[in-house]
Amino acid sequence: MYDFTYEKPSSLADAVKALSGDMDAKALAGGQTFIPVLKQRLNKPSTVVDLSKLGLSGITVAGDKIVIGAMTRHADVASNPDIQAKIPGLAYLASMIGDEAVRHRGTIGGSLANNDPAACYPSAILALGGTIKTDRRSIAADDFFQGMFTTALEQGEIITSIELPIPQKSAYEKFRNPASRYAIVGVFVAKHASGVRLAITGAGQGGVFRHTEMEKALSANFSPDAISGIVTPADGLNGDIHASAEYRAHLIGVVSKRAVAKAA
Amino acid sequence: MPQVTLTVNGKQHTVEVEGRTLLVELLREKLGLTGTHIGCDTSQCGACVVHVDGISVKSCTQLALQADGATITTIEGLAAADGTLHPMQEMFREHHALQCGFCTPGMVMTAIDLVESHPAGLSEKEIREGLEGNLCRCTGYHNIVKAIAAAHPLMHAKAAE
Repeated sequence: MYDFTYEKPSSLADAVKALSGDMDAKALAGGQTFIPVLKQRLNKPSTVVDLSKLGLSGITVAGDKIVIGAMTRHADVASNPDIQAKIPGLAYLASMIGDEAVRHRGTIGGSLANNDPAACYPSAILALGGTIKTDRRSIAADDFFQGMFTTALEQGEIITSIELPIPQKSAYEKFRNPASRYAIVGVFVAKHASGVRLAITGAGQGGVFRHTEMEKALSANFSPDAISGIVTPADGLNGDIHASAEYRAHLIGVVSKRAVAKAA
Repeated sequence: MPQVTLTVNGKQHTVEVEGRTLLVELLREKLGLTGTHIGCDTSQCGACVVHVDGISVKSCTQLALQADGATITTIEGLAAADGTLHPMQEMFREHHALQCGFCTPGMVMTAIDLVESHPAGLSEKEIREGLEGNLCRCTGYHNIVKAIAAAHPLMHAKAAE
């Protein structure tokens, strides 16, 4: 690992300042992706700005929404009784990330800011139609994810919380790589009063995406049968040593049906 | 050079570190606590698991400076001053839950957090899932699972005393 200057600011304004004034400064949330990246020397930050003292963790129910602080750990999302009762798909998703020790450190905000194309959380936030709150604005999930490892965040912009509308039903299903536990294909389905949203992670070359054809079919009939005839083309899907694009296209159908069966 | 102050196995230390120094490097190289192992160094194997403020974490995936002010327990901090083993260590010995022993410190630290966070009981499935982040290349896990199941009632009986 290359050495860097470490800062742990105690106010959001100071953290934004530390990250904005220096193009090579990087934010550190839970570090469960970032520290391995640093070890591999894939990144050479001048300054690492630790966000752990900004008071950004916690889970609250606010009317028809659940608000999750950006620094909330996966283990806390997984075990939170409100999330388990109101968005069970999200609690399950968090319980399946990495392993016990990783879930004790990794954060929802860090996962979203990184936008790994095989990360689990982006599919939930997109399917739930969540809003990402930052130090300066609110960003709708539909606008936030802009391709592999790319988001709408500006230099120095820090996610403070994630606001998630409580759906009528939700479920997450993951066909995971047995070694890394990342999604080869992950599907989050959410049935809202306004219709169904279904998002796929792990498969798309551009990262997480919504499957609009399935959403339309499921909005009319929320059952696995409604999507059993839908064929997903392999164009634009990832192919690698773990799974070809054609296999991932096939898995999207299988895993989506499992997710719907679980939610219905 | 920045300094970090932390309590390790009941003793407070103030140590000079670099920004990039990992918690496991601080423990092993600065404090000489080599019971915590570095296995894969890629956050997979769990040989480096320690407790930070009572929670199991991979000390190879945390910066030393992130642990400023924290209370750390390593494998060296488990046995009593007179050498009496922690019930989890005792059950690992009793059930032959190790062969080469390399993964054992991390296994024991993960297992203790697992038992402590499930006071009502642990099924075999929950134990196996709880060990997902700890790799053992010798035992096939079977005796590790048995040891943890056997330690559960001992640890909770002791906590209730």
